[in-house]
Amino acid sequence: MRALPRASSTIGAPGRHTARQGLAITPYLFIAPAFIVYALFMLYPLARAVHLSLYDWDGLSLATFVGTGNYTDILADTRLRAAFGHAGAFIFFYAVLPCGIGLVLAAVLTRAKVRGLALFRTLVFLPQVIAMVVVSVAFKQIYAPDGLLNSVLRSIGLDGLTRAWLGDYVFSLPAVGLIGSWVSTGLVTVLLLAGMARIPAELFEAARLDGAGAVREFLYIIVPSVRAELTVALTLTIVASLKTFDLIYMTTSGGPGSSTTVPSYEVYRRAFETGQVGSAAAIGVTLTVIIFLVTLAVNRVSERGA
Amino acid sequence: MRVSATERTLNYAILIGFSLIVLTPVASILVAAFGPANASAAREGAFHPGNFATAWVEGRFGQYMGTSVLVAVIVVSLAVLLSILSGYAFGTMSFRGEQVLFYLFLLGIMVPAEAIIVPLFFDLRTFGLTDTVWAVALPQVAQSVAFGTYWMRAYFKSVNPSIMDAARVDGASKGRILISILVPMGRPAITTMVVLMFMWTWNEFLIPLVMSPSGEFRTAPLGLAFFQGQYTQGTALLAAAAVMVALPVVVLYFLMQRHFIKGMLEGAVKE
Repeated sequence: MRALPRASSTIGAPGRHTARQGLAITPYLFIAPAFIVYALFMLYPLARAVHLSLYDWDGLSLATFVGTGNYTDILADTRLRAAFGHAGAFIFFYAVLPCGIGLVLAAVLTRAKVRGLALFRTLVFLPQVIAMVVVSVAFKQIYAPDGLLNSVLRSIGLDGLTRAWLGDYVFSLPAVGLIGSWVSTGLVTVLLLAGMARIPAELFEAARLDGAGAVREFLYIIVPSVRAELTVALTLTIVASLKTFDLIYMTTSGGPGSSTTVPSYEVYRRAFETGQVGSAAAIGVTLTVIIFLVTLAVNRVSERGA
Repeated sequence: MRVSATERTLNYAILIGFSLIVLTPVASILVAAFGPANASAAREGAFHPGNFATAWVEGRFGQYMGTSVLVAVIVVSLAVLLSILSGYAFGTMSFRGEQVLFYLFLLGIMVPAEAIIVPLFFDLRTFGLTDTVWAVALPQVAQSVAFGTYWMRAYFKSVNPSIMDAARVDGASKGRILISILVPMGRPAITTMVVLMFMWTWNEFLIPLVMSPSGEFRTAPLGLAFFQGQYTQGTALLAAAAVMVALPVVVLYFLMQRHFIKGMLEGAVKE
């Protein structure tokens, strides 16, 4: 990994050789400031989270050691089970659905060199830079009983479908999930467009000479060619879905009941509202482990296929 | 590539249809922001730019925006400085423990704020440090430094070593090479990093929510959440406030969109 020319230049300057070895501490001096802040505000709290997760603590009184109790609770507690289940649903809405849409969209746009692609890219990427709280306010108004969605439904005679979308036990989860899809799809599409732009034109021409139609071209040329971009897209969006906090905080607070709660919201609720600090820490640690495993798994699968 | 006229039309239809899906929520909040705030305002007409001033005052956004700017300046300047220094070491020097240290930094890109926020709050509370600007800013510096170290290391590795060798032969020290050659050369990479860190810090929600329980260091996104809780009737003022909170990053995005897109696509850890 290291560039070799520098090593040889050291040998070429014997007079300085010892001087440079004397400065073996230099790299550490450059890293130290960053590492100190990073260790104090990231590594140490992470270790402390693991520590706290082994205790039953309300944040005020004395803590009691419970071992892995807070972790087994994640499986036993119905609300927590629901939260992790919803995280799975969010992976679908944040990652799987946008990747599906993004693949088709990017493929269509790559096939035909349409004009206005640059403007399109600017537009679809926009949701990525808007603060999630703002996105939440916008969608809350759209989903409101007298909001845009219900008005549209009424105007086309589907009055029977109108409802308070975010207050509905069945529809609140997909309603919130689709906000995630709205945010993710642009990122995925832009990523895949970049990947597809690198596919050599001869590949398409050869396929067409062989009489391949649009569908086979998509399956056998486009999808395999953007495997790397798809991996990045899946990793980014899955991790984003598992970190969904502000969206839930702003739109449903996990409700109605526990129908839209997610692990990251449960961390906040337990640590700062219901006085279950140990449990909150355990959820946070579990979330970290899941993010790790998902990142590893997605990258493994993509490598094996390549 | 040749495609039929029908396919071309269909493609434009998809392009426009999809743009509309993206634009509808954006347009709806803009329309609401300029709409009448209440029944009496509705009688005076349909266009109310005054909503922004009203929301600014009633929602105390002057104060929240000020806090956001302060936090962003601290986080971005500190994180950029520290990342350049550490990235320089990882990108151009070899030393014992290099790999382990680098993987430790990479870890931070993946750790969600949810995992560290609980101990951070209770430990800083013990030292009486919650409700300070540092409690809000430093955890975000740590997050940004993880990414920044990774990002700057990649830049320093991409620099042709002969440039550094030439400077070294001329007697320039490591610090001098960094300041007078590598940093000016790396302006595009540094700009991308600054833009991303600014966006993350401005839009961050959980850390300022938890670390400033009294609300003394409430940033703009939190101000918006608080405003939503206070004014449940009417949507115009809330929409106006939401537009103001999103505006700084959105304006920056339109000015420097190449940096945003490049950074977010290339910044994904692929090692």
